[in-house]
Amino acid sequence: MTAVGAHPEALHAEGVHKSFGRLEVLRGIDLTMATHEVVCLIGASGSGKSTLLRCIDLLEPVSGGRIMVAGREITARGVDANQVRRGIGIVFQSFNLFPHMSVLRNVILAPRKVLGLSRQQAVEEADALLERFGLADKRLEYPDRLSGGQQQRVAIVRALAMRPELLLLDEVTSALDPELVADVLDVIRDLRTQGMTMLIATHEMGFARDIADRVCFLDAGQILEEGPPSAIFSSPKEPRTRQFLDRIIRAGRL
Amino acid sequence: MNGRRGSHLFGGVQDSAAKSVGVAALSTVVVFAVLGYLIVNTPGWTEFQQGFFDSGEFSRSLPSIGAAFLVNIKLFLLAEVFILVLALLLAVMRSLDGPVFLPFRIISVVYTDFFRGVPGILIVYVLGFGIPSLQIPGVTIDPFFWALVALILVYSAYVAEVYRAGIDSVHSSQNAAARSLGLSRAQALRYVVLPQAVRRVIPPLLNDFIGLQKDTALVSFLGVVEAFQRANIISAGDFNFTPYAATAVFFLIITVPMARFVDWLVARDRRRQMAGAGAR
Repeated sequence: MTAVGAHPEALHAEGVHKSFGRLEVLRGIDLTMATHEVVCLIGASGSGKSTLLRCIDLLEPVSGGRIMVAGREITARGVDANQVRRGIGIVFQSFNLFPHMSVLRNVILAPRKVLGLSRQQAVEEADALLERFGLADKRLEYPDRLSGGQQQRVAIVRALAMRPELLLLDEVTSALDPELVADVLDVIRDLRTQGMTMLIATHEMGFARDIADRVCFLDAGQILEEGPPSAIFSSPKEPRTRQFLDRIIRAGRL
Repeated sequence: MNGRRGSHLFGGVQDSAAKSVGVAALSTVVVFAVLGYLIVNTPGWTEFQQGFFDSGEFSRSLPSIGAAFLVNIKLFLLAEVFILVLALLLAVMRSLDGPVFLPFRIISVVYTDFFRGVPGILIVYVLGFGIPSLQIPGVTIDPFFWALVALILVYSAYVAEVYRAGIDSVHSSQNAAARSLGLSRAQALRYVVLPQAVRRVIPPLLNDFIGLQKDTALVSFLGVVEAFQRANIISAGDFNFTPYAATAVFFLIITVPMARFVDWLVARDRRRQMAGAGAR
């Protein structure tokens, strides 16, 4: 979308560790993403997918290792976290829309207060995005009047309104009723065709197989296996990966 | 009132609306008639009535107590504005996390512990008599001013706790969502957390203000002639307690509507929450 021709490496994580007290959630993550690449993180609950995304957005400080975004080390001392977060969008499992604001105000808040856009310009851009994702008629509604799928699309629009160079999606369909999942996945497919660089934690294996350039299997805070979706899903090398996928297949989700 | 709501009020008895209203009216009349009969027939009733509810004394004292009551109104209107600001500051100070902000958290905790823990009347005394006795040049000895300061200090501690409950009730994911969009800590607080927090605590906030309105009478201890002090003066001259009844009427005129307004707000919020839950 934006920042075409930016740094060729959208993300580079090196030995990222994260502990909560004595619990070690990330145990040395190495991950590099090219600009325009779409990477899916799969793995059981508690394997560290969400924590990794939160660390990349500096919502959690890392305990060790370093993370570079577009060639700049964001985990270094003295980095302005607010400025880093401007360039990274994140969409949460539970939407986290601001319930006291209309859809439009949810979307224009950060562009106005953080990017300093005029109200008119922010509204124009927000309306264009809402239109594009079929939410134009919802612009003045409050979040609690929307379905889960609509709320999640608004959350994606809100993240996109900051023109991020990297979009993090944290199990964005996990809280949705099954019939609403497709709409949200279509939005993400649309973003892929626009060239958005995306790191996606997901339980939707079929979707991951379709959309990902690369799939990473996380197990106990480490990337145990990674590769193109065809390789991971049809001939996983690691026994743990095979075990995980077998369970998913048995649950009818692949 | 519809039938369903009526029967709900009366413990879920299946009944028609008209019958419910009838039962309510009858039981109310009976209870109050019995109470009235018992009180009026107490041995000391006549003396009590003359001492506390003398109609002549009541109408004579009403105008001057009413005039003095304007002092109470001025006091709590002024105090409320400062309390809302100071208490918000205290609550925000306490909500700041991170080691750098420890001193601010300490100040806020010590402040609220102290001013909530000490009887308000002591603060009124210490400020109202203590500070003027220091005879600091340029510092006012006006008892109204020091009474105002005392009320602001004491009630800010209570209201800060109300605000804090509101801030804590906003889920941390709201703050995370705001920060993830690049908003600073202050911006997230200002645009996302506080608007939700304040909305949720308006009823308990108003509750504290009902308390404040009553406690404006504490300043009478400094000799400020407000409604209660005026009643003291009249009562001492006439050897009659009726002026206190007149004073009570003035306080009720402002606190009861406020209490009903709080009820209405609470009921409205409950309806909204139920409507919101239904929309999912």
